[in-house]
Order: sequence, then structure tokens, then C-alpha cells
Amino acid sequence: MNLSPIAQWALRIFTWLGLAFLYLPLVVVVILSFNSATSLSWPPRGFTLDWWSKAWEADGPREAFITSIKVAAVATAIALVLGTLAAFALQRYRFFGKTSISFLLILPIALPGIVTAVALQNSFSRRIDLGIFDFQVGFGFHSVVIAHATFCVVIAYNNVVARLRRMSPNLLEASADLGAGGVQTFRLVTFPLIRSALLAGGILAFALSFDEIVVTTFTSGPGVETLPQWILNNLTRPNNVPLVTVVATVVMLLSIPLAWLAQRLSDDARASYL
Amino acid sequence: MRTNRRILAIATAMVVVLAACGSDDDTASTDTAATGTAATDTAAADTTADAAADTSAAPADTTATSDAPGDTTGDTTGDAAPAEGVPTELGEGEGEVNLIAWAGYVEDGSTDPAVDWVSDFEADTGCQVNVKIGNSSDEMVQLMQTGEYDGVSASGDATQRLIAGGEVAPINPDLIPNYADIFDDLKLQPWNSVDGVPYGVPHGRGANLLVFNTELYTTPPDSWSEVFEDSTAAPGAVSVYDSPIYIADAALYLMATQPDLGITNPYALDQDQFDAAIALLDQQQALVGQYWSSYTDQQAGLEDGSVLTGTTWQVIVNLAQANGAKIDAVKPVEGATGWSDTWMISSQAKNPNCMYMWMDHIASPEANAAVAEYFGEAPSNALSCDLTADPDHCSIFHAADTDYWTDVWYWTTATEECLDGRTDVACVPYTEWVNAWSELRS
Amino acid sequence: MSSVAADASSPGPASAGPGRRLGRTFTRHPWLGLVSTVTAPVAWLLVVYIGALALLVVTAFFKLDEASQKPTSEFTLGNLDTAFTTSTFIWTVVRSVGVALAVTVLCLVIALPMAFYISKVAKPWARRGFVVAVILPLWAGYLVKGYAWRAMFSPGSKFAASGSGGVLQSTIGWTPGFGKAALVITLAYQWLPYMVLPIYAGLDRLPSSLLDASADLGGRPLRTFRSVVTPTIVPAIAAGSIFTFSLSLGDYIMPNIVGGTTQLIGNLIARTLLAPNQPLAAAFTLWPILIIVVYLVSMSKLHAFEDL
Repeated sequence: MNLSPIAQWALRIFTWLGLAFLYLPLVVVVILSFNSATSLSWPPRGFTLDWWSKAWEADGPREAFITSIKVAAVATAIALVLGTLAAFALQRYRFFGKTSISFLLILPIALPGIVTAVALQNSFSRRIDLGIFDFQVGFGFHSVVIAHATFCVVIAYNNVVARLRRMSPNLLEASADLGAGGVQTFRLVTFPLIRSALLAGGILAFALSFDEIVVTTFTSGPGVETLPQWILNNLTRPNNVPLVTVVATVVMLLSIPLAWLAQRLSDDARASYL
Repeated sequence: MRTNRRILAIATAMVVVLAACGSDDDTASTDTAATGTAATDTAAADTTADAAADTSAAPADTTATSDAPGDTTGDTTGDAAPAEGVPTELGEGEGEVNLIAWAGYVEDGSTDPAVDWVSDFEADTGCQVNVKIGNSSDEMVQLMQTGEYDGVSASGDATQRLIAGGEVAPINPDLIPNYADIFDDLKLQPWNSVDGVPYGVPHGRGANLLVFNTELYTTPPDSWSEVFEDSTAAPGAVSVYDSPIYIADAALYLMATQPDLGITNPYALDQDQFDAAIALLDQQQALVGQYWSSYTDQQAGLEDGSVLTGTTWQVIVNLAQANGAKIDAVKPVEGATGWSDTWMISSQAKNPNCMYMWMDHIASPEANAAVAEYFGEAPSNALSCDLTADPDHCSIFHAADTDYWTDVWYWTTATEECLDGRTDVACVPYTEWVNAWSELRS
Repeated sequence: MSSVAADASSPGPASAGPGRRLGRTFTRHPWLGLVSTVTAPVAWLLVVYIGALALLVVTAFFKLDEASQKPTSEFTLGNLDTAFTTSTFIWTVVRSVGVALAVTVLCLVIALPMAFYISKVAKPWARRGFVVAVILPLWAGYLVKGYAWRAMFSPGSKFAASGSGGVLQSTIGWTPGFGKAALVITLAYQWLPYMVLPIYAGLDRLPSSLLDASADLGGRPLRTFRSVVTPTIVPAIAAGSIFTFSLSLGDYIMPNIVGGTTQLIGNLIARTLLAPNQPLAAAFTLWPILIIVVYLVSMSKLHAFEDL
């Protein structure tokens, strides 16, 4: 596209300013992790490595981190299965109710977190009487997983359906012409092509679940503490607030390779116009 | 397209109908669970005479000091028949206990290895402690309603609601040896007992103080007028507690400034008195820069100077001072509201034995001293004053100073039945306080 | 295009394995494929989510018992009355919608040039780096970022312990302080990646040849933008706006951190729920449910759902 050099430079500068806007608070977080004051105030009062050594020794953040990983992993797995099924259903078949279903899929993410949280907490706490038997979902690891899976489905769906749209029907016809049955076609042709979309969707869903706080607060049970919950609890605890900045910095650093991988995969997904 | 919407509407309608019919309301199961747990604990769920005799000793002491503003019902006479279902002996620990607590009350060393009074409990009793932090009294009531927890450290504005709602069971003090050493003016108070039956173990207490920036206020203020009146030296820099219970602070101020309203108890307000308090709070809004609920928020405000005065807890003052804030706090001449927390056991507790063990542990001199010092409050166990790392801790927090607490109005739940004994008017119940506060804050 | 046509020509030997037999069954009854794929996700969402929402809406019609503060089984319209007719609450809703729209506009203003630059102007090898750079802050933790902005917006005063307030106050001597402006900026910051990504993806799908063709036909850049680019990215913008609008509408944590005394509809719901007054809280949730449904329907008219 032929934009004048001035326009191009203007856009370039704007983009870099935008990136600066995105990263300035993160720099503040990292700097505050070395701040000797016990609250998130500015300017920093002094330099200390105390918080880093405390974070290293503390069990709380480590356990919360592992809990978050477990929750996110299970929720992502469920979301991938459900999202892929939905993607195939909506992409391959024509039927009444298609728009309703895509509406249904996005609702858990579109509705404010507090609404989803209140609704789920209300239903999980009830004793459901179905006549033959009654049960109560209750609160614990499983309730958080159910909640997270519900709003992560649409992320998986989006990625897979985008990939399916780009997949030419010629491939499937070719596979059938060569003698492959339905299951074989899926295993040897379809699945390898959507694999990158699954991975990209999985990583995004994982990130969403990992960072989620509102729904988690209302649906977790005693003994379950995800990392965002740990952060929330410690932002209200005396003397532990800077510990949170340390944990945040570590998570940020750990996520760089993951974010890169996610983008690489979705690029690959987008690039192939087979 | 129209078909799509029709289908969605039908599906949703079906689900709504199923939802309304298929789900059972919680309350039915709550009642059966309560008696169920009680039955398994005791050999016979009958009211035993010895339990009554034991609790009669304590009330006799508290009636002597009943000048405390909080102690209005005076029902602390000795002929208490303990409620049914209170266990008479403890069994083996169940292996875990699930608690709701204020931040800083249940520290197990996971954030700071030096701050830990839980690990030794876990080792001694085998009860694994799981804690859910409650950020407000209201939240704690709501969490207890889910029935998932064994116990809660409830402030006085939550306790009576929990009792009325059947969420908590009375305790048997015999099963808690450390109960005997609790300060007398904390036992069998209106917020932690009903008709002489104790409903929990006192944890500690504190007053809501007036904080002020010492660089702005060269002479310390001594009146709540600094937070309520337009004449304040810190307009826009006032920080106030974000909870409906703060209405009582307005009422307390009116007690002194508008005596013709006839308020004798800031938690017993008839409609006129209530409206006056709300009017005062409306007027105060222009002065307020911060409504705080997590005390680290007020601490941050005090440190960066955006908060120059307000309602505070001693713990916040200590923390901000440690970071260099030039502030101090005082109990104004009008008196103050305050809070005393009580450990209560859930009526649906899945781990009652562990809960009793926990209540005894946290009331023990060592643990009580540790938590009182970490959090910044007056301990409830008289023996803990000798064990605090800072020998002045108890005097700073007025732990044993009964006179200090005479003009402190502990957080209590406002009920329709006036707490000051009036029978000619109906007082405004707490749910109305909540609605009024919601509207005020919107 | 339907896979029915594609699979119709599958031959297969007479003695087929179970996989083949399964395949053939699916071929003979194409609706089986639809049912087997669509049932699980739809059932999950209906039961877990719509069911929960329906239960919630139903509780809005119950009366609250004053003493125990638990919902009773008594029917009442009082909660709906309070939620929908009290003027202060209506203002809260209006304020929330206003903030959500402001955040969406601010995100759009920042995201559009950025996305355009990244997809059309930047060198191809740098593109992935830019996109990763935009995504990465999403991993930093929503709460921590909020508190970082708090540290940045802090107003100082001559009585500040640390000297001069927040980052902005110390460096450029001015800060909006805590309030609606700070809230809008912070929320726009939190959701910016959600607006950049769909627009970038949308622009990415726009072949540069189209833009060249437009230029060849005599179109100046602004005209090209208006007639060629904009129609393509409107669905993408709509998709991005779903996130920024709905995430801002219901947020109750950021107002408490940087909003000063500002309260949005999310705060009202959370405060009422934790009061505890579940029926009234359920009544309040009807506001955002209605608003979001209306918003989603209007966005779907702009074909946003294909561009999420």
C-alpha cells in the first residue's frame, strides 16, 4: 500500500507509543518488586532483594501456581473438546438454530463476570432434586473447572472454526476418492490440519483461565486457591503486598515463550490456504 | 432467522421451568443437616444440668461490668439452659477444618515463615487448616450460608445474623479450656450470646479510631467533626469505612451533636434517627476521597498523602507509620464504634471436633498473642499479654483497660426490635441499612 | 458445502472394520454427524450456564427474610421494582454503559492505527514480534496491572510520606487522580489487546492487492480507507468491541482500585450479593443481561460473530 513516508512514520511512532503504553505499568511492577516499602507506593523508597528471597521460600505462591496450572489444564482440555465439537457442528452442517448456538457459546464470556459468578455460585450451592436422585455440585476444584471450561469453550471454538473455514472441501473429497472412510479421513487429514488451531486455542484458553479472578472467587471451595486468588488475598494482607509484584514478574517472564508459541501456531494456521 | 430466535426462546423457557421446579431450596436441607450433625456428636442431645451450671459462673461476672454500651440486653443471668445439640465431649479430629477468617487471622507461614500459628496446630491435632479470606462481615455471612465451612471469625455485625439464620451453633465452653481465661467483658455479650448461651469464642477487639496526618494537623484533632463537617481541614481527603455498619458512626456523631434526636444506641435507630444519619452521610460524601474496605487501600492513601484523615484501625496506622507516613490516631471525645470478633462453629460443620480444637488453640495465650500482635488488635486472652513480643502491646491496644471500652460501641446487627429496649417504635433492621448504604454509594 | 456430498462416494470393501462401519453409518445418516457433534457442547452450555442464569433470574422474584437474610419462597416483585425504578441505581447503570462505551472508543482509537501498522506497514519478519508484544501483557495478571495503574495515578499532596504521589505525579507533575477518567484509562489498557487482535486479523485477511488496486484506480489513502478498508474491518471492530464493552460493563474490581468513589453496576451487584441479599442482587443482574443481549444482537447484525 502506498502511504506517504510521513504517514508511515506517523503510524510507526503511534504504534511504538501504544506499545509503551502497554508496557509502562509492567515496568512499574518490576521496579516495585525491588521496593523496600511494604506498599505499592511511588517513588520507591529503597532497593531490596528481600521480596525475591521471600517469594522463593514462600509455599503459598508456589502452591497457588500449581493449582492454577491444574485448573487451567483440565478446563482447557474440556473446552477444547466441546469447542471442537461445536466448531465441526456449526461449520459442516446447515441447520436451524445456528446463530442461536454461536450466541450461546459467546454468552459466558460476553456477560459480565460478576453475573456468571453469581449465577454459578447460586446453582452450585443448591441441592438439585430430580426425583430418582438428588445431588449438589458443591464447591471445590471441580466447580472452578466447570466454570472455567464454560467460558473457555468459545475460545477453542473460534480458533477451530476459523481453521475449518480455510480448509478447502477438496481435501475431504480427495481423501474419500482415495478410499478413506469417515474416521480415517478425520484421523489422517482433518486432525493434522486443525492441530495448530487446537494448540493456539488451547494456549489462549489456558491464559484466560489462568488469569481469571471474578468467577473463580465465587466458585472455588475451601482449600482451593488459584494464583489470582492468592494475589487478591495478599493484596489485602499486611506486609505482603510487594510479594505480589514478584510473583507477577515471574509469571510474566514465564509466559513469554508461551505467547510466542501461541502466535506462531496461529500464524501457521492462518498462512496455509490449502 | 426468526426460527432461530423462536427455538432459543423455547429452549430458554423450558430451562426456566425446569429450574424453578427441579431445584430444592437450601433451607430445608440446612435444618436437617444441623440436627443431623448435632445428633452424631452427642450421646444424648438433651440439655444437661452441668452445662447450665458451668455457664452460670461467667454471666455473674459480666453483669457487674454491664455499663459497657454494648451490653444492653442484660440477659446474662445464670439460669442458662444450653441449646440442644451442643456436644458434651470431643471425639477424634476429622483431619481437616475449613475456616472463613479476616486476612491475617490464620497465618500458616506460607507467606512469611516467621508468621505461623497454624502449623503447630496442624501437627498436634492432625487437622489440616483451609482458610477462605472474607473481606467483609457481609461476605462472611454470605459464605457461611453456602454451608461449606466449619467455622468463621465473625465480627459483631455478622454474629447475630448468623445466629438468626441458623448458620452457627452455640458452643460448649467446657470443651474449650482456654475459654476460662478470656477477658470477662468480652464473654456473653449481646453479639456473641443469646439468653446467656455463648455462641462462640472471643478472638480480640479493636476500636475504629480517627486517623490524622500530623503535618496537616499540628494540634491533634479530638472530634469526629473532622470527617463529618464542612469545616474540616481535609476536604476531599477523608477516608471512611465502606460498609453499611458505618451508619452507626454517623449515628454516634449525632448522639453528641444532636441530642434532641434521642439516640441512645447507635445500632438502635428508629426511622427518624436513621434518616438523620443518612442525611449526615449524604452531606459527608463531598468530603470523602476514599471509601476503604481492604485496609491496605487506606494504608496506601495515608502513605501517598491522598488521605489526610478518616476512620481507621490501629493496624493500618502501624503499617503506614512503618513506611514513613506522618500520622497518628486517637479515639475522639464522642466515643467510637469498635469491633470484637468471635470464632463461631457452623451448624453444618463437617469437622466439628477439629473446629473445637481450633477454637481452643486460637484462644490459647500463645496463639492469641501472636495473632493480636500480627494483626494489630487487643487480644482476648488475659494471659497473652505477657507473651507478646512487644511488652507494650497490650497497653497500646488497651487490652485489659476496661474503662477504655466504655464508650466504644461494638459492631452489632441492627434489628427491628430496638436494641436499646424501646418498645414504642420499630427500629430500622440491618437489611434496610444495606439498601440505604447501596443507594448512598451508587 | 456439506460433508454429506463429500462422503457419499466412499466405497469400502464388503468386510469392513468397525471404523469403516461407523463411517458408513454416519454417511447413511448425515444427521447423526450433526447430533453427535452438537449435543455435547450445547447440552453443557444449556445445563451449566443457561440453567444457572435461569435459576438466578428466578430467585429475583423471591422475598428476602429480614432476620436470617436468606431468600424465602414468597413471591414478590419488590426486588425488580427496586432494581428498575430507583433513580440512583438507574444512574449507576447509565454510568456503567457510559464508561463501557468510552472504553470501547478509546480502545478503538488506539488499536486501529496500531493494527493497521502491524498488518500493513511493518516488515513481515517484525509482524509476529509486534503481535506477541501486544499479547504478552495479557499474561501479566489483571489485578497486578490494576494496582500498577493505581501506583501510577496516585495523587500526591504536600503531606505525602514518599514525597510526591504516583508515577505520573512524580514525573510529569499531573495526574487525573482516582475517578472516572482513571477508570476509563485503566480499563482501556486492560482490554486493548482484545481490540487489537481481531482488527489485526481482519486487516490481515485483506489482501494488499486490493489496496493497490484502489490506488491504481485513483483513490487517495483516505478514500481507500473509507471505501475499501472500513467495510472489511467493521465486523472485526464489532467483534473486538464485544470484549471491551462487556468486560468494562461488569467490572467491579477496577472501580475499587482506581475509580475513587465511583461505583458501576458490577459493584452494585457484588455489594448486594455479599450483603447478603441474593434476590435483589439477582434483580440487579437483569440490567447487564438485558444490555449485553441487546449489544450482542446489534453486533451480530454487523457480522461480528464471524470475526471473533
